[in-house]
Amino acid sequence: MTIRQLAVISAGLSQPSSTRMLGDRLAAATVARLEEKGVEVEVRTVELRDVAQDIMNNMLTGFASPKLEAVIDAVTNADGLIAVTPIFTTSYSGLFKSFFDVVDNRALTDMPVLIGATAGTARHSLALDYAIRPMFTYLHAVVVPTSVFAASEDWGSGADTIKTLPDRIDRAASELVPLVIASERSTTVRDPFGFDAALSAVGGGS
Amino acid sequence: MDSIFCWKAIMQFGIFSVGDITTDPTTGHTPTDASRLQDILTIAQHAEAVGLDVFAMGEHHNPPFFPSSPVAINSYLAAKTERIILSTATTLITTNDPVRIAEEYAMLQHLSGGRMDLTLGRGNTGPVYPWFGEDIRQGIPLALEKYALLRKLWREDVVDWEGQFRTPLQGFTSTPRPLDGVPPFVWHGSIRSPEIAEQAAYYGDGFFSNHIFWPASHTQKMVAFYRQRFEHYGHGRADQAIVGLGGQAFMRKNSQDAIREFRPYFDNAPVYGHGPSMEDFTSQTPLTVGSPQQVIDNTLGYRDYVGDYQRQLWLMDHAGLPLKTVLEQLDLLGGEVVPVLRREFAKNRPADVPEAPTHQALKAATERQDPAVPGAQGATYSVEVK
Repeated sequence: MTIRQLAVISAGLSQPSSTRMLGDRLAAATVARLEEKGVEVEVRTVELRDVAQDIMNNMLTGFASPKLEAVIDAVTNADGLIAVTPIFTTSYSGLFKSFFDVVDNRALTDMPVLIGATAGTARHSLALDYAIRPMFTYLHAVVVPTSVFAASEDWGSGADTIKTLPDRIDRAASELVPLVIASERSTTVRDPFGFDAALSAVGGGS
Repeated sequence: MDSIFCWKAIMQFGIFSVGDITTDPTTGHTPTDASRLQDILTIAQHAEAVGLDVFAMGEHHNPPFFPSSPVAINSYLAAKTERIILSTATTLITTNDPVRIAEEYAMLQHLSGGRMDLTLGRGNTGPVYPWFGEDIRQGIPLALEKYALLRKLWREDVVDWEGQFRTPLQGFTSTPRPLDGVPPFVWHGSIRSPEIAEQAAYYGDGFFSNHIFWPASHTQKMVAFYRQRFEHYGHGRADQAIVGLGGQAFMRKNSQDAIREFRPYFDNAPVYGHGPSMEDFTSQTPLTVGSPQQVIDNTLGYRDYVGDYQRQLWLMDHAGLPLKTVLEQLDLLGGEVVPVLRREFAKNRPADVPEAPTHQALKAATERQDPAVPGAQGATYSVEVK
């Protein structure tokens, strides 16, 4: 089997960022399970703040800078995507949404996705299923059933002790792994000039 | 009529205007529709005076753009000029009735003595489609079907036709018939749609790549695709396809002066204003802000990624630049840039790469019954609407 490509996107803004930390934990759990199965994997982690201005410029000009284009290519050609955002004002951060707004809306079709989010309290946790999951569904990505929410207390003593953060991370990773193994995304050659099937050079219209 | 400029140019050089009404960010002055129209008429005539080959006018149906009818502007200019080719940038094939395009542009063809052609575009302003009773999601099918009818109206005296997007025609004759029996030359303009490059290739028409908003690598792919498909459809070799490019420049003798003077216009311009820095945009797109020599060098570089091509147009009169400045830009373009480009582009250009299309050349080819003449393709490139 070819080396699997795993992309991790973190829309965290601070450095260090708990959103990035959650992304890294999800990636580590996924990599560990893939390696258990003897599957080689390469991880590409992107902090969106590093291309934040490029994302906004892309919105205004319609094209991606070389730096952003490299990020978009890495994400859209991956076999699996771990996407983690902080919850701002009840939903994904504007930066997180803006990134997916500049990606071609067909480029994530069939992409295995694990979604995660962070916030100050667990009261925001449903944003994952009410805002972030529908966005990926719109993009025809395949989102695994378990999404992982980490409130500030999950990193310390106030954490859920029945279903702990590591338990949830491991469960989500176990759902993502078979999809990543089965994916042919990173090895598929795409025709940039592929037309809609309805286009034909035969006579008509007269 | 002087034949040097418009009939025998290996490559045509000119300007295009989108007709934006933009406040001059350095003075706060906003032109009226009336004054901007007069300025554009002056600019077009000055373009001829400085030796340029082409003036192309945009078509828009939404402020801050005023030119709803490029054919009216070009008809006026036809009477006021002697050599320059009057083109469009672009004529909206999606929302205009192809019967009216056939009639109006044939009229312009006669009025101008063949000094005209047109560039078809789809238009990317969402509400314009419903304002004209169309659906933007049908943009490509509209462009394909309406152009198929437009071709037919110019090539067949009596047309029976039925399609998806227009009331049927039975026994219709579009008048006036094309000048000398030669339909106007058509360029198909596109930023990003390979279907339009395919359409241009299918008919052996010209392909005009907007070029200015996106990185060169994108234009390179689109033009290469068009050339390959042009050859596939039997119009000639790939390097014989008819290619036009947009460009964008601001010049002063001293490049630092150009950068200083243009920056406020760049920073506030429609499209890219308040976005990337001018430095990023000049490094990532064909925009050149600098000396005439820098414009020469950059423009000559286009040939490296699109091959020998036929038409180069620049956007010079946008973003609120005052008339005086635009006329100075044209003086530099016509006086210092284009003469060098004509000489340099002619070097190492294979003799069998076609010259830029003109009415005279098309007429001569039609009389020779040259099978490779653009427009010889009889069938129709179309779509099945699901």
